[in-house]
Amino acid sequence: MTDAVPLPALPVTETPPLLDRIVQLENVRVRFGTGDASLLALDRTSLTVRPGDFVAMVGPSGCGKSTILKLVAGLLRPTEGNVFVAGREVGAERIGIGMAFQNPTLLPWLSIRQNIMLPLKIVKPYADTYRRDRETVFRDRAEALLARVGLAGFGDRKPWELSGGMLQRANLCRALIHAPKLLMLDEPFGALDQFTREELWSVLQDLYLETRPTVFLVTHDLREAAFLASRILVMSARPGRVVEDRAVDFARPRTLETTFADAFGALTNELRRLIFQARQDQAAIAPATATQETAA
Amino acid sequence: MKLTRRARDHIKSAACIVALFVAWELACVAFRISPIVLPRPTAVISTLIVQMPALWPHILQTLATTMLGFLLGTLIGVALGAFVGVSRSAYNTAYPLLVGFSSIPKVAVVPIFVLWFGSGTVPAVLTAMTTCIFPIVVNVATGLATTEPEMEDVLKALGASRRQVLWNVSLPRAMPYFFASLKVAVTLAFVGTVLSETVAANRGIGTVMMMATASFDVPLVFAGLFALALLGILLYVVFAGIEQRVCGWATRKQDLAVA
Repeated sequence: MTDAVPLPALPVTETPPLLDRIVQLENVRVRFGTGDASLLALDRTSLTVRPGDFVAMVGPSGCGKSTILKLVAGLLRPTEGNVFVAGREVGAERIGIGMAFQNPTLLPWLSIRQNIMLPLKIVKPYADTYRRDRETVFRDRAEALLARVGLAGFGDRKPWELSGGMLQRANLCRALIHAPKLLMLDEPFGALDQFTREELWSVLQDLYLETRPTVFLVTHDLREAAFLASRILVMSARPGRVVEDRAVDFARPRTLETTFADAFGALTNELRRLIFQARQDQAAIAPATATQETAA
Repeated sequence: MKLTRRARDHIKSAACIVALFVAWELACVAFRISPIVLPRPTAVISTLIVQMPALWPHILQTLATTMLGFLLGTLIGVALGAFVGVSRSAYNTAYPLLVGFSSIPKVAVVPIFVLWFGSGTVPAVLTAMTTCIFPIVVNVATGLATTEPEMEDVLKALGASRRQVLWNVSLPRAMPYFFASLKVAVTLAFVGTVLSETVAANRGIGTVMMMATASFDVPLVFAGLFALALLGILLYVVFAGIEQRVCGWATRKQDLAVA
């Protein structure tokens, strides 16, 4: 995949803001519901992410990983604290964040290519020239992206004609078509088989290395986190907090060989131990929270 | 020559329908059923053909009335459905009212319309309209509410406005629901029209059937029923065809299983 043709650039390019932090969380708490039935999903979290970081978040289920994702994407407001994206309070100005979930959610009435080009219809400045460019520049970029994920020639197909793995590749293309500065991935490969998953790790890494967006990846797969991320956050059980913030500096591009190295195994084992610890801590405080949760 | 499976299916169902009428015919002959009780289908069809010149204006009247009522019902139904489907509080307010209204037998409403607008076409149009509104409202509202939350998140993260979400995702997704309701609504509209025509009108198939009943011309009554059934089937087919063209993506799934 390293000899792949580079992606054609989009016609309009913005000058990237000169910031040393693209995402900043300051003492953020998120509480769902009110009163006795409320649930503290995220507790006093502070976090700074530099542009181009690839941040993976791992932890026991229900630890607020997706909550952080939604905070940064502006889909959720913090109960306390502040979230800044690109130097502004989140939600103040939409910056066109690319997002992909485990469920590919491609629209069944559109072709794969039309599905992938949907963000260009919405994100400025591309939306302004969509009618003019959809048959030329935008189409070329969509085709190039499809080729990069191994879906060359599938642009005119409808989603139901594709398998789950292929849909997830297309989903990735849709998240990247508008060259977002921020890419949010919520277990994008969770429903795929091991081999497809590992193949898509390399595809995603190549695309990441080429355009260097800032990536947030929520995953349950520790090898996936170690393979892809430049930084791994281990979260505690609910209420979620970041208990470990670890830089991952294996040389890029990483290959499956990387995963066989001792250091890789040591890292995943260490992560596993940390998450096990987090679950133990939760079990220890369970009696106190259990009543609270049954009330909820 | 080998027929395709589809063609064989069609032939099979056509044969069943023909067999049903043959059985009816034979039963009438075998049990010597009086034509005043149940006319033979051949008698009904011949009456329909013979009386066609006289029936035709009434058929047109009923068709026009139904289509007008159906059109109004669709417009109001879509507007109401969109309103109810998009806003939570509108849903809570409008739904009990709608359920209550749709539970009222439309026969009970016709006299009120006649009282307000006199007998004739106007109450028939209004009855057709009120009869067909409910399925449209419910389906449009349901269709709009079925947008996947993940898809909405993807679009909101991109910075899409509510209007953009509605236009790009919610409305197209509601289309299959909308067209499914149109097929039901158009047949219901016929029911409404004929209902009103039998109560208070001097034109239309409903009126013809009322007068035929009064003079014990039972074959003519059945001819009217047949005409109504044929019109209903015709319009159903038309709307099913439009549905297939506009949102075939929703049904094609069955032919082309996931690769």
